[in-house]
Amino acid sequence: MSHSTEGKELSRREFLTRSAKAGAALALAGGVSAWLYDTEGPRAPSAAGTGLVELDDFSVYGLETRMSIVHGADRIQSLDVALKALGGIEVFIKRGDRVLVKVNAAFATPAVLSATTNPDLLAEVCRRCLKAGAASVVVTDNPINDPESCFALTGLREAAQSAGARVILPRAGFFRPTTVSGGSLIKDWPLLYTPFQGVTKLISIAPVKDHNRSGASMIMKNWYGLLGGRRNIFHQDIHNTIKELAMMVKPTLVILDGVTTMMTNGPTGGSLSDLKATNTLIVSTDQVAADAVGGTLLGKAVSDLPFIVKAAEAGVGTADVESLKPVHASAA
Amino acid sequence: MKIVAVRRISQGFFLALFLWFCVVSSLGVEVWQLRGWPVSWFLELDPLVALGTILTTRSLYAGLLWALVTVMLTVILGRFFCGWVCPFGTMHHAVGVLGKRSMSVSERIAVNRFHPYQSVKFWILVFLLSAGAGSLLARGIREGFQSGPLLWLAAAVSILLAGVTLVGIWGGKRKVGTVLLGLIGFWTAAGLLFAAEGMIGASLQTGLLDPIPLVYRSVNLVLLPLADSSTHVLSVDQRHYEGAWLIGIIFATALLLNLRVPRFYCRFVCPLGALFGVLSRYALWRIGKSCSDCIQCGLCEADCEGGCEPLGQIRVPDCVLCMNCLDGCKHEVIGYGIQPSASGEIVSPNLSRRSTLLALASGVAVIPAVRLGGQLGSNWNPGLIRPPGALPERDFLKRCIKCGQCMRVCPTNIIHPAGFEAGLEGIWTPILNYRIGSSGCQLNCIACGRICPTAAIRPILLDEKRGVGPYEEIGPIRMGTAFVDHGRCLSWAMDRPCIVCEENCPVSPKAIFAREHFSTVRAGLASVRSVSGGRIELAESPFRPGEFATGDYFLTVRASKGGRRSLILENSEGTITVQGAWEGIVKSGEEVEVQVRLQRPQVDPALCIGCGICEHECPVSGLRAIRVTAENESRSRKGSLLL
Repeated sequence: MSHSTEGKELSRREFLTRSAKAGAALALAGGVSAWLYDTEGPRAPSAAGTGLVELDDFSVYGLETRMSIVHGADRIQSLDVALKALGGIEVFIKRGDRVLVKVNAAFATPAVLSATTNPDLLAEVCRRCLKAGAASVVVTDNPINDPESCFALTGLREAAQSAGARVILPRAGFFRPTTVSGGSLIKDWPLLYTPFQGVTKLISIAPVKDHNRSGASMIMKNWYGLLGGRRNIFHQDIHNTIKELAMMVKPTLVILDGVTTMMTNGPTGGSLSDLKATNTLIVSTDQVAADAVGGTLLGKAVSDLPFIVKAAEAGVGTADVESLKPVHASAA
Repeated sequence: MKIVAVRRISQGFFLALFLWFCVVSSLGVEVWQLRGWPVSWFLELDPLVALGTILTTRSLYAGLLWALVTVMLTVILGRFFCGWVCPFGTMHHAVGVLGKRSMSVSERIAVNRFHPYQSVKFWILVFLLSAGAGSLLARGIREGFQSGPLLWLAAAVSILLAGVTLVGIWGGKRKVGTVLLGLIGFWTAAGLLFAAEGMIGASLQTGLLDPIPLVYRSVNLVLLPLADSSTHVLSVDQRHYEGAWLIGIIFATALLLNLRVPRFYCRFVCPLGALFGVLSRYALWRIGKSCSDCIQCGLCEADCEGGCEPLGQIRVPDCVLCMNCLDGCKHEVIGYGIQPSASGEIVSPNLSRRSTLLALASGVAVIPAVRLGGQLGSNWNPGLIRPPGALPERDFLKRCIKCGQCMRVCPTNIIHPAGFEAGLEGIWTPILNYRIGSSGCQLNCIACGRICPTAAIRPILLDEKRGVGPYEEIGPIRMGTAFVDHGRCLSWAMDRPCIVCEENCPVSPKAIFAREHFSTVRAGLASVRSVSGGRIELAESPFRPGEFATGDYFLTVRASKGGRRSLILENSEGTITVQGAWEGIVKSGEEVEVQVRLQRPQVDPALCIGCGICEHECPVSGLRAIRVTAENESRSRKGSLLL
């Protein structure tokens, strides 16, 4: 880059050239300074978020609320009966639909401990979706333990893949800020959003579990796994948070697995003695009603679980299950 | 008057002005105190500060517009700042003169000869600027990639060039191969920058070696506290700065190196000098010889401050306009004018394309590397408490030039140069220490944000800091939250009344409140012999006279006996006198308990602003029993404690 001139008399032309270059440098410096000049300085980090996202409404348009409660020890048979009672999965999943299944993969524990969504049930749901013509099925969750370990140890990854579905593990770039309209707690908060891109239907599959802070972890609590960030500050007001989660997500269908219920030591469990065979599978388009039934498996009435009351009051669904005329059936 | 005399006057004036600004950065309204003096003026004149912040923030903050004056004068005159204004340069100059006193003329000529390592300062400049410009580059690449036409244009040009060069190579023209390599290099670099944009940060590191911030922090944090320790004029009590030794060693080393090579720092290290060197390329006035056939006596180089070889082809980027060559030349061959030197001149830095690219690539890569520690993510350091109004950490690191002005002005001496608390890139950035200094962060003080030349600490208003008036809804600025250490607190762990922290909490209503608790003192059970009014005689004499007469001790009986509790007024070894009459409350042979009334501190995180006054006042003087960490600080949501 070295550039040198041999000594000689400066011609008028050379001086003019140099002056012009110096002038251009001055003009550039002045122009850039004027363009970027900022007397105010940076503003305070604002509370109002930018680039907020919202989840679509995934419920089937115009479909009345449907619900079935099936008793039986075999999840696959129960699912079959339950879906038939609702008119078949084709009512919910149409040809070409892109389905996202939100599982509860919270802990890196084996499926037998029922702290996570049952892998057989997941596989069956994925298969049925694909059979109904779904273009793709993705399974995701932002679990509490290490995501990769969770999906591996719970058997959920294998189950999903064996059924032809794809697992999406959360990563930092997948979260976008969301604010729940009508809420006051979930504001400008990171939401696991990228897996939802292009998705047209949403199914949640969650087990019924004891939960110290909220009383029960079922469908509505399962949406917690869509949040990122230091989300555990939400435990300071868990019932209103679960209500806002329910307001945030409008699923196509929810499947609450009460075939085995974690009665104690939840939501992690860890021992077979924490579990009880309650032989109930709830499939519903109303997440509030599903949780209301699930609560009874834990021996809890709606009034014992304030988040159900709050979600019903917020208009998410109804806690008056019988008003929906659910189909009661037995798969045995 | 000779021109070098004018130069010396200029140097003396600006050095004195700089030192004056350092002195007057003391809180107060006297003439020699901070009462509107433009104490950051030299930082504002510094175009490296302006350019660095432009690259990282794409804005030029308020006073930094002064740099335009320096740039304009440099473009016209050359590196006048180095030789005539820079206070650090003047210091080097002076020490260098001392070092040259014992040298012969030929030794002086030798020591002032150009050295190829004078290019190092240009590498440093490129390295430091590209550490700040990495994200701008990556963003540019992304926007280029995302805009269809630009991408297609770049691709088309590349394919065309590649085709032409391939034909060239086919035809045996070897040189064109470099174009092909350049293309491959460009696309590889662009691809890397595009893919890794998330990791490539903008971090302003020029302040590490920029002479103006360096001299500010050295004088303000090392020299002044040492000088003032005998007089205590500038501050009532001794000022302390954590890690000042390192700043002092670097300063002293830089100065002492002049004894070996004059203006060592200016010639080899100074990135600002390098920037001026680049800017002086088209300087209209230059040093030069009027004829090339002088007698080559070499006297012009005997005192050449820049090592720029005025005798031969003068190296314009290294010339600091000291004018010593004009003075040294006894034949009036050397002058300062618009004619280029008759013996030729070198107007560009002695810098190869390869070394420039290497410095640039290292600069871009170094920030992602130091950030692998995750300190900007979940591994953030809660001990890193920034001054009130400091920007979110990522933005803060784009602006802070480590000049130490906030540390100098802080009346309580709680702002300190960080070691590695903020990571390698955060060295010498401000961090609060509530143990050093005269108090915590004063509720009604906003001095740090007002003095900050780059708005790394925003120039907040008092209303904003306190969360009043238009800021009521947002609430006060929080620097962190105080946490009570129950294992160390006198009243939580040691049954000693204290509650100093609550008393000193400056917010209203107080963020610290007291929870009353009565605790039975050690060996505080005694059995009663007799009762007479408020005087209870005990069966034994277990107590020290007066030990319960402090107003904090109470006598109580078991709840089954009615749970009466009365203030102890007096005690001897075997008697206790309480307020009120106790006849009928206890009988002879029954047990009483001596209890201490404790007020245990509790922090309300919704009110605590993290000012640290509680920590400063806590009587547990080593590791305080109440300590502030950065959780819940206003500038970041990562550490939010509350919904």
